[in-house]
Amino acid sequence: MVDYTYTLLIPLIPFVFFILIGLSGHKMKPIVSGLIGTAGLGIAAILSYITAIRYFWTDHLAESGYKSIKAFEITWLHLTDKLTINIGALIDPISVMMLIVITTVSLMVHIYSLGYMKGERGYHRFFAFLSLFSFSMLGLVLATNIFQMYIFWELVGVSSFLLIGFYYEKPSAVAASKKAFIVTRFADLGFLIGILILSFNTGTFDFQLLTSPTGPAITMPGGAAFMGMSVLTWSMIFIFMGGAGKSAMFPLHIWLPDAMEGPTPVSALIHAATMVVAGVYLVARLFPVYALGAPDALTVVAWVGGISSLFAAIIACTQTDIKRVLAYSTMSQIGYMMLALGVSGYGGENGLGFMASNFHLFTHAMFKALLFLGAGAIIHAVHSNDMKDMGGLRKYLPITHATFLIACITIAGIPPLAGFWSKDEIMVAAWHHNKILFSIEYLVAGLTAFYMFRLYFSIFWGKATHYHHTPHEAPYVMTIPLMVLAFGAVFAGFLPFHALVTSDGMPFESHLDYSIAIPSVLIALLGIGLATAMYRKSNGLPDKLAGIWGISYKWAYHKFYMDEVYLFVTKKIIFGYISVPVAWFDRHIVDGFMNLIARTVQNTSNLIKNFQSGRLQQYGYVFVTGALALVLIFVYLWN
Amino acid sequence: MNSEVMFYLLAGMILVFSVLTVTSRKILRAAVYLLFVLISTAAIYFMLEYTFLAAVQLTVYAGGIVVLIIFSVLLTSHISEKAIMADRRQSLMSALAVVAGALLTLFTILRFTFTPSAEPAHTSTVTDVGNALISYDRNGFALPFEVISILLLAALIGAIIVARKEKDGIVLMKNKNLSK
Amino acid sequence: MTGSIPLQYFLVISTLMFFTGIYGFLTRKNLITMLMSIELILNAVNINFVAFNRYLYPQNLQGHFFTLIIIAIAAAEAAVAIAIIINIYRNFRSIDVDNVDEMKF
Repeated sequence: MVDYTYTLLIPLIPFVFFILIGLSGHKMKPIVSGLIGTAGLGIAAILSYITAIRYFWTDHLAESGYKSIKAFEITWLHLTDKLTINIGALIDPISVMMLIVITTVSLMVHIYSLGYMKGERGYHRFFAFLSLFSFSMLGLVLATNIFQMYIFWELVGVSSFLLIGFYYEKPSAVAASKKAFIVTRFADLGFLIGILILSFNTGTFDFQLLTSPTGPAITMPGGAAFMGMSVLTWSMIFIFMGGAGKSAMFPLHIWLPDAMEGPTPVSALIHAATMVVAGVYLVARLFPVYALGAPDALTVVAWVGGISSLFAAIIACTQTDIKRVLAYSTMSQIGYMMLALGVSGYGGENGLGFMASNFHLFTHAMFKALLFLGAGAIIHAVHSNDMKDMGGLRKYLPITHATFLIACITIAGIPPLAGFWSKDEIMVAAWHHNKILFSIEYLVAGLTAFYMFRLYFSIFWGKATHYHHTPHEAPYVMTIPLMVLAFGAVFAGFLPFHALVTSDGMPFESHLDYSIAIPSVLIALLGIGLATAMYRKSNGLPDKLAGIWGISYKWAYHKFYMDEVYLFVTKKIIFGYISVPVAWFDRHIVDGFMNLIARTVQNTSNLIKNFQSGRLQQYGYVFVTGALALVLIFVYLWN
Repeated sequence: MNSEVMFYLLAGMILVFSVLTVTSRKILRAAVYLLFVLISTAAIYFMLEYTFLAAVQLTVYAGGIVVLIIFSVLLTSHISEKAIMADRRQSLMSALAVVAGALLTLFTILRFTFTPSAEPAHTSTVTDVGNALISYDRNGFALPFEVISILLLAALIGAIIVARKEKDGIVLMKNKNLSK
Repeated sequence: MTGSIPLQYFLVISTLMFFTGIYGFLTRKNLITMLMSIELILNAVNINFVAFNRYLYPQNLQGHFFTLIIIAIAAAEAAVAIAIIINIYRNFRSIDVDNVDEMKF
């Protein structure tokens, strides 16, 4: 057994720095607090890389398959002999991969923020929250048991809430943070129910026990428990609900576009690369249970992922706020990952989807963080989020332009960049499993290429917008992270994921299927071509096309009125038909009863209290008349 | 005959000055009317041949308490200050209760037949009073005498403590603005 | 010296004096005049004691001594009462009984 106890430091270092910056940051110079936070993440990143290298290569674990290793575990809460909650660090292929993703992106975002947040109020607060987020996210991926994961899951939600609402003077930011928190919290309710059902029936929280093919979860007797599905299936669906909320899957996606109110580096870190893939990670973490114990739940995962990716891709084609386009793109890509998990089997070649999902998670983190940071640089230069205010920026922002183009090509799936490899694996997995989902993915691939290049051309080409002041390239502290991530976006595809991150730890052979890869590249090129035709030069084509699509365009532009549907459900139905009567009952019946008691007591007291008026002569009067009355009674009336 | 005239005179003085005491709007005058009432009462004690008691009444009441009252009036209000009288309703209700009480009491007194004792009267010279005050036999009043001396001492010290100006350590009635 | 004056006459006088005192106690607003009303009440009682002693039990001196003691107590009471009144005056700048109602409800 190899000692990995030091991995405990990876989440703890950001936590310590969070406390340090949070408590004493206001006394430091802003840049110092930023540098401290960045340094903390740097250490965590180095440790993560060491862990990855050791785990995958130098410790020779591959021969017998990559086993999960409990690097550290203590009993945190000893409630009863059966119910204990542990805290620890679990090392296995996906957690190591997530460590790399999180620390890399987080480090890049930290460095980038040093420049991006310059001069903002609450500079140290921003870095404190970033550290808090990094701690929570790292704790989440290292969780040894589902309850620890849930704790960190909520911590991640809180950090996200704090960072979306970073500009708390802005009402829209406050509303967005509340929306994100409430929607994910609602989803987490399902997660908690799932955890409780699962743990009640298996008697354990531990991931290693749960995911063991001979463990209590998978070998749990099946049979229809409720509506034709077993207890395990139900619990896994509930757990997936939490994952869907965090990963912004349809129909719980409504918070993600609004979450773009937060500072752009936050969007890059939390709402593109790390937190939103927590749902994917959750399903991947429990994948053996899904695949072996609850295939019905896995089908749900696949369809939710497929629908979300299509849905988001359509909306992304119509939005004009560049961050929102990226947000819907994120949602679409996460849909891909979910779908890949959903179509995967367990073990060996069957686990292709599992591998593809994690592969795509990895590459997506690189290029989507790159896209967001690039968007941040653009916003930094133009001071607007709307692509209508942009155009012809390639002259002014050469580095941003180059890296953004790389990211766009990557996400469109053009070989040999990273996105192609991971997406291709997903296509193959889908092809073998479900032809309908496969065709959806083909369509989405084309749409993705189209909307990304629409975005790209609208920003960097198109009409030469006249700017108030000449946009200038961001400082090096912002462009270097862009270049690093661009490097990742180009070369991440060559990592031998099929040998490293697999569903059962055993490596398998993966090869390019040209019959699937070539059409997918072609459809991506078609999307790119269409976007080039429409947006390369300013022409009337987009408006004309929008006119042809008419009502459908309008629907997509208004995000299929999902927000309105939610508002209708919450305001009209829940508020109108449930909350209002309940509130009325509470206010008038329950409170009324209490008020009646209180008022009765008060009135009685008011009546009685005048006896104690404090007026001496009133007392005297009562005394004298009382004495006379007694005389009258006892002397004359008594006998 | 003489004594009857004397009695009616005293009775009239007591009643008139009593009423004046409780109705006079000037506090200092009320105090003086009270003095007259007390002197008339002393005169009644003389009539009843309790001369020592009458002397005590004159010295303690007329000479002591009334002077004390007049001093406190001078300390707490202007000479010309008119007393605030109770409102009409309070006066009326009080008068009603008082008249009812007086009628009840008078009715009781006049209906009852007192039989005066024919026994020879006990002399009440200063010697008798002095002996009774220090004797502890059946007709002695040594115990009340001692108790009353303690009471007087306590009242003396208490009055000084209550009335003296507040200094550090002793704080009385500090709640000046408690419920304002 | 009392001659033909019946006991009731004294009692009537003291009754009227007593209720006059009560009337004063109930209606006067000034604490000092209220104190004076109390002195009236005490005097009325004293007359009663003395009269009863003289008419009904002339062989004893109980009523006489009771009166003597009441006078002493009245002196003590007056002293303490005036001390309190002065203190109230110092705290409230007034000796109006209606102002002294801090202890109400």
